[in-house]
Amino acid sequence: MIRTKNVGKHYGEKAALADISIEIPKHTLTTFIGANGAGKSTLLSIVSRLMKGEGEVLLEDKPLSAYKNRELAKKLSILRQTNHISVRLTVRELIGFGRYPHSRSRLNKQDEQIIQAAIHRMALEPLANSFIDQLSGGELQRALIAMVIAQDTEYILFDEPLNNLDMKHAVEIMRLFRKLVDEEGKTIVLVLHDLNFASGYSDHIVSLKNGRFLRQGTAQEIITPDSLREVYDMDIDIREIDGTRFCVYFK
Amino acid sequence: MKKAIPVILLLALCIGSLFIGITDIRIEDLFMLEQEKIRVMIISRIPRLLSILLSGMGMSVAGVIMQMIGSNRFLSPTTGSTTEWARLGVLTAILATPSATVFQKMVIAFLFAFGGTLLFLYLMQIARLKDAEQVPLVGILFGNVVGAVTTYIAYQNDLIQNITSWMQGSFAMVLRGRYELLYIGLPLLALAMFYADRFTVVAMGKDISGNLGVRYFSTVQIGVVIIALITSIIIVTVGSIPFVGIVIPNIVRMIYGDNLRKNLIPVALLGGCFVLLCDVLSRLVIYPFEVPIGITVGVVGCGIFLILLFKGGPREAR
Repeated sequence: MIRTKNVGKHYGEKAALADISIEIPKHTLTTFIGANGAGKSTLLSIVSRLMKGEGEVLLEDKPLSAYKNRELAKKLSILRQTNHISVRLTVRELIGFGRYPHSRSRLNKQDEQIIQAAIHRMALEPLANSFIDQLSGGELQRALIAMVIAQDTEYILFDEPLNNLDMKHAVEIMRLFRKLVDEEGKTIVLVLHDLNFASGYSDHIVSLKNGRFLRQGTAQEIITPDSLREVYDMDIDIREIDGTRFCVYFK
Repeated sequence: MKKAIPVILLLALCIGSLFIGITDIRIEDLFMLEQEKIRVMIISRIPRLLSILLSGMGMSVAGVIMQMIGSNRFLSPTTGSTTEWARLGVLTAILATPSATVFQKMVIAFLFAFGGTLLFLYLMQIARLKDAEQVPLVGILFGNVVGAVTTYIAYQNDLIQNITSWMQGSFAMVLRGRYELLYIGLPLLALAMFYADRFTVVAMGKDISGNLGVRYFSTVQIGVVIIALITSIIIVTVGSIPFVGIVIPNIVRMIYGDNLRKNLIPVALLGGCFVLLCDVLSRLVIYPFEVPIGITVGVVGCGIFLILLFKGGPREAR
């Protein structure tokens, strides 16, 4: 379980995030939603230890700061959304670096298997030996996700993982996340802009606005016209199809 | 078989290098144990060959590490102001104690090069330039400012001549007893190998380093220590050799990519080979005189680079 206690982030006087105390239950897929500037990415970055903030983050009742770098890298991984990688590695090499916290430079048989499995899961076999500077945005995004999957941590954080992906790959990746949670007991935290993906795949949704916490709950509780009006200041029509709520906000 | 070609090439160049020079030495002379010629070999030719190999390896390894920790493939000690800082350090050492030993000069040069390069990398982090191409340009400008300060101080103290010798590298003055400092480069190469994966991770940026549990800033600092040490050692022994640090890593990069553990040794070997080739050319073009190595390296390197650039090799997909 991840718990945040009064987490905040100030830039000078301005609060990008203030007083966030939430719980992210284990073995669930949790999604942060909110408008631009709501503080979703900031919160995710602080929870992932990549950004320092006020307050405290507890990972399994132990403060993040009490973990050693390498120990934490075996337990929690994060993929942020801006990845300007100018490094010329092959897809396989990149994914191999996901094993770095576990095996350093000496990859053993088990590591190789995990790398191969990650390549397979992201359907990257045809690209495995291509250099990443030759990939399209979506292909690179899939390779980076595969790297994080090869890292094989209990907690996995993704900031807008569906960026640059077409519908087919977006759906495949959301299904994979679901599978990782249901079958392998991972805990996944996402920042998503697409409310329908959030509604259809999350166990738990946290809504934020202007750096403040609004609500948390199941999709049924959060995907309602009232709750979403609070978040986005707009009226969103909600339809239920086969038990999943869909938001209609195009018209 | 294919792997043997570079080794054979390197050996051929080494042997060629040993037998080129004013004193005419033939292989049979060595077997005839001609005292005089063997002495020339030991005092001048062999030291020259070793210093060329070591500095060629050093410059290209320093270049590739700089490119990794700066996440920019146009960086090198020359385009990242390291050499200029090292020269300012040498000047400071001479001013402080005119009788400074080579080792003392090297230490001061190292301190300046280390501080200056870190400062430059730090400024680049804050500035967040949009185009990768701007980074080396700013680096060259920054280096020139430092160079101007060096020249000014040297001018005020009548040391211009002294300083020029550190501007243009030359192997002509290498004799036994004057180049051995370059051997420090070998343990540094081993250290670079040990940190190779961490440098590659750092090249992927702060976020990915953080995610993989690699400490970004301390790794960058270790990289800068290696770069600054190599650069200052080369500056005080043979002078600065431009261009190698950029050309060689980029050639290797086109073939092997950026995985430092895989390409560090090729970078080092090709660097040694390249400078050796240029030195042999320098000595042959206007025999019995020599062209400064910097000029040959510039011309040959530029040529190779342009060919590679236009003839292809896998290019960036945009």
